[in-house]
This record gives sequence, C-alpha cells and structure tokens, in this order.
Amino acid sequence: MAELGEYLKGFTVTFKKLFEGRVTSEYRGGMAKTGQLDEKRPKVERLHGRHVLNRYEDGMEKCIGCELCAGVCPAKCIHVRGADNDPDNPTSPGERFGYVYEINYLRCIHCDLCVEACPTQAITETKMFEFSFTNRNDAIYTRDELLVGDDGKPQKLPWEDWRDGEDEMTSGWMRATAPSGDHRYAGVVQWSGELGYGVRAPELGQSVESVDDAADDAVTDTRGVKSG
Amino acid sequence: MIVANDPLFSIPFDLSVLGVVLFKVLLAFVFLLVAVMFNIWFLRKVISDMQNRIGPNLAGPWGILVTLADGIKLFFKEDLIPDKSHRFVFKLAPYLSLIPAFLVFAIVPIGGDFNSTDGAPGVISIFGHETLLQVADPPVGILFFLAMSSLAVYGVMLAGWSSGSKYPLLGSVRASAQMVSYEAALGLSIASVVLVTGTLSMHELVLVQAGEGFNSFLPNWNIIVTGIMPFVIFLIAGTAELNHPPFDLVEAEQELVGGFHTEYSSIRFALFYLAEFMNQITMGAIIVTLFLGGPAGPALFVPKGWWVGVFWFFLKLMIFLFVFVWLRATLPRLRYDQLMDLGWKLLIPLSLAWFLVLAGIQIGGTRGWSSFEVGVFVFGFGVVCILCGSLLMMALRSARAERLGALEEEQEDRSVPWLS
Repeated sequence: MAELGEYLKGFTVTFKKLFEGRVTSEYRGGMAKTGQLDEKRPKVERLHGRHVLNRYEDGMEKCIGCELCAGVCPAKCIHVRGADNDPDNPTSPGERFGYVYEINYLRCIHCDLCVEACPTQAITETKMFEFSFTNRNDAIYTRDELLVGDDGKPQKLPWEDWRDGEDEMTSGWMRATAPSGDHRYAGVVQWSGELGYGVRAPELGQSVESVDDAADDAVTDTRGVKSG
Repeated sequence: MIVANDPLFSIPFDLSVLGVVLFKVLLAFVFLLVAVMFNIWFLRKVISDMQNRIGPNLAGPWGILVTLADGIKLFFKEDLIPDKSHRFVFKLAPYLSLIPAFLVFAIVPIGGDFNSTDGAPGVISIFGHETLLQVADPPVGILFFLAMSSLAVYGVMLAGWSSGSKYPLLGSVRASAQMVSYEAALGLSIASVVLVTGTLSMHELVLVQAGEGFNSFLPNWNIIVTGIMPFVIFLIAGTAELNHPPFDLVEAEQELVGGFHTEYSSIRFALFYLAEFMNQITMGAIIVTLFLGGPAGPALFVPKGWWVGVFWFFLKLMIFLFVFVWLRATLPRLRYDQLMDLGWKLLIPLSLAWFLVLAGIQIGGTRGWSSFEVGVFVFGFGVVCILCGSLLMMALRSARAERLGALEEEQEDRSVPWLS
C-alpha cells in the first residue's frame, strides 16, 4: 500500500504545477500576434545562428580551404574544397583558399564545432536563426552567400529576417571559450580583427592581451611553471 | 430492430422521422469533430501547464485554433505511400480506425431530463417528435461499444502490417496484443454493471442510475452500486484500450519511431490522430454513462429541462478528459511485461472475483437473504479469493525463481572455467 501511496504522490506533483508560473517565455518577432512584425526578444550572449565567412581588414578571405570544419562537423553539413591561390591575384593570404564552401542548413545543428576547429577564425556564427527558406537550393548556403560584404557585415538574404543592429551581434563563442579547450588560454582574448568591426572588446573576465604575447610570457600552466 | 426503444420509432415511419434521425446524426458528427479540436487543444494546454510551459498561444485566443491550423497543414502535406506497402490496405486502415470511433458515440445519451416526473424521463422533443438525445439506442447497447472497440484493433493492426516496414509492424503487434488482453478486463467490469442494472441499453442504464440512492444522500450511480472496483478496472483497462499513456507502447517514440503510423503522413495520419482523440472522448462518455449516471445528475439540481442533462454530461466528461491528460503528464510508460502482468495477473482475476461477488449478492437479493447472510457470503468469498490469490502469487513466484535458476545454470554452462 505504501508503494501505491508513493505512486499517487506523482499526481499531486503534476497537479500543483498547474498553479505555478511558467518558465518559458512567448516567442516574439513574428506576425501572428498583432498582424505586423513584433519586436524581437533580445538574444542571449552565446546564441548560435547561421555562419559567416570572415575577411581580413584588407578584404582578403580568412578561409584557407583546410577542410577542418568539414571534418569536425558531426552533421556532415559542410562541404569544402580548397584550391591554390592565383599568385598575382590571391583570394586569401597564403597558399590556398576555400574554392567551394557550402553549408546545408537542413542538416546544421549549430554546435559551433566548425568555429572551434577553424585555425584562422574564418568561420564564425551570427545570431541569425530566423531564416525560413522554402526550397532545398536556398537551404544550401554557398560561399558567395556566406561571405561577409565589403562593410564586414553578413549578407542579408531575402528569406532572412534581419532587424536593425542585429548584424553587429556575432557568435559569442570566440570570446568565451579557450581555443581547442586548452586551459592555458582561459581568460585570454583569442581572436583577430574582423572586417568592419576591428578587434572585439573582451568579455567579462578576459584580458585584452593578444595571444602572441600571452603564449610567450603571460600564460602559465596549472603548476605555475612558465610555458611556451 | 437495432434502433428500437426510441419513442421516435413508435409512430409510423415517414420523411419527417427520417429528417429527425439525419439531424441527430449530423449533430453527433459535427459535435465529435468540434470536440476533437477542443480535446487536442485542451490536452496541449493542460499538459503544458503541468510542465510549466505556455503551450499553443498564437492561433486564435489562447491558441484555441491550433488544431485547425494543424489540420490545414496536414491536409496540404504530401501524401506518401511506401513502395513496399500493401497499397489498398494501407489506404483502408485509417478509415477502419476512424469509423468505429465515430460509431461508438452514436449510442451515448448526451442529454435529456432524467429526473423529470411528468412524461417519460430522458425524452426530448425535436421538430414536434418525441425522441431520445442519442443517435441510436439499440437493445444491445453496451455490446455495440465492445464490438466497435474490437474493430478498432483492425485499423491499427492493418496499418502496421500494410506499411511494409519493421517498426510499424512491431507497434501493431504490440497494439493488438494489448488491446485484446485488456478487452477481457474491460468486458468483465462492464458485465458487473450489466449484472447490477439488468439492462444493456444505454438509455436504460442512465434511467436506472437516475434518482437518489442510499439514504437520499448519495446518487444512485453504478460507481457506488458496484462498489468502485469495476470503475477503477474499467478506467485502467479503458486507458490501455485507448493506447493512452502510460499504456502507449504502441507508439513508444523511443523504441518504435511513431509506432503503427510511422509510415503515414498527410491526411491519412490526421485520420489516425482524429480517431485517437475521438476514442478518448467516446471512452470518457462511456465511463460517464456506465458508472456516473451519464446525463442524470444529482436530483438536487433545481432547474428542469433537457439542457440540465447536457450540462451534467459535459461536466462529467470534462473531468475524464482532464484525468486522461493528468495520466499522460504524470505516469511513465510501462514496460511490455509489466503491461501484460497488470492485465492478465491483476485486472482480470480481480474483475472476475468482483463480478462473482456481485452475482452472489444479486442472487441473495432475489432469494431474500438477510443482510447477515449476505455479509457471511461476502466474507467467505473474500477468504476464498485471498487464498486463491496467494496461491496464484506463490505459483508465479516459484515459476519466476525456477526460470531465473535455469538462466543462471545456462550461464554457468557457458562460462569458461579457467577464466573465472
């Protein structure tokens, strides 16, 4: 009988929940409520949205076509093919560049592992998740669509719902996590300048020292021994 | 005649009578569709309340039109038929599960003043014709419900079989085993009700339960008259019959994708969905009619009129719809062997024993036993039942121990001695 009592106790738990507050909040930003576009709710710092392919301040592409992002992608949604740069008219500094770069957003799970894997920070994420394409072709973003414009801002495709100021929000991941999980980089800024934005301000608890200096003298490992 | 007992058919049959019948059929049809819409919204809203969520809130006020939006979406989706499916049966199956769901509701009385002293109780007048507020009142009544709920198994079974795919087949095998085994307990608890009331007709079931019971205090409802246990068994077995959580092994998402309707899409899937929620409503209505007096409310309610019955009926039905949602929100799914244990080793023996007690008391009533004699009978029978029950338990335990022992021996044989 005691077991039955315990069993029935579950019913009181769910019943009490009826009169409790809600932990979720309503979605805003659609048209269903008022007939016109609602103001969107502010997005959280580290939200993962659709990707951009970044460029240096001089307009060169950061992508070197190494395919590490494609290799690490758990959803196998990235397709990259590298090619040699034309020495007279290079697309990216260095030997190679991303000749084909495609991301299939029907598969992407926005885990940001590609961002983590990228050695040149060519791929980062915006906070744009309100993009509702209506066919398979639109779902597969090509290099032309992913590349940031000359102003360094993501391109605004017709089926994406961009509002004022949203393009300035990029993935918070780069400012939050140590590269490749290396503890020596904890709390150290680890990103290069972005076209149109320069170097982003550090997050709370991060130092502004550039990584080259940090790797040489500021960073010590857990035993307090200087490394590098 | 199958639609007998209705005063509508005591007068010569003509077109106006046919009109009344068609009107009632249409009313029941429309009511069921609207009620399903409401039921799905109600489920989603209440279950999200129980999980501290907001739930559907965009389509219409409080999201009440969400089912309509879902229906329109499903209607315009692509209708896929797998290559390996048996095409005819695949197309037939949704209707096989939908039509019984519609038909069961035809025998449910949903209104009428059953406490009236002037004129026949429960009879209303539509377009100048005296009739009952139910589509049909066949003399076989509740047996029709059993027949239809058995037929519904075919829809599920054939849907799974004709899909030509593994998971639907597994789901439908589970479904047919589950529905067939719980039908026994369901039938036995219905038998208890029939034994006490002495009628199969749904209208007369309500008539018997109308009015006042013990000491003019409690209503004369079967839930009290049969001693609660058949009601509890019916509720559990009915939930299992509906494949409703915690008995939803048929569509256990974690194991079987979508169960028997995995391969269905578009409007055919919507039909299964419709049938499932319609069955919930009719099961609730059947429970209300069998055990809680249906439209016959407590006599203390002062105003008179046919709508009083409708009011009581829907009040009681709402309670059961809420209970179904509550079950879904609270209980985890049973394992398959637990499901079968509960059905065969607990519910069926229990309902059988209860049925025998009620039969004994009934015989005592006709032979004029004193209450002392009835008490002695119940006590003696209780002792016999407990003895039989413990014997059954012992048998089950020893069988289990033997099985486990054999398993251990087998494992010992297989183990490699020089490694252990």
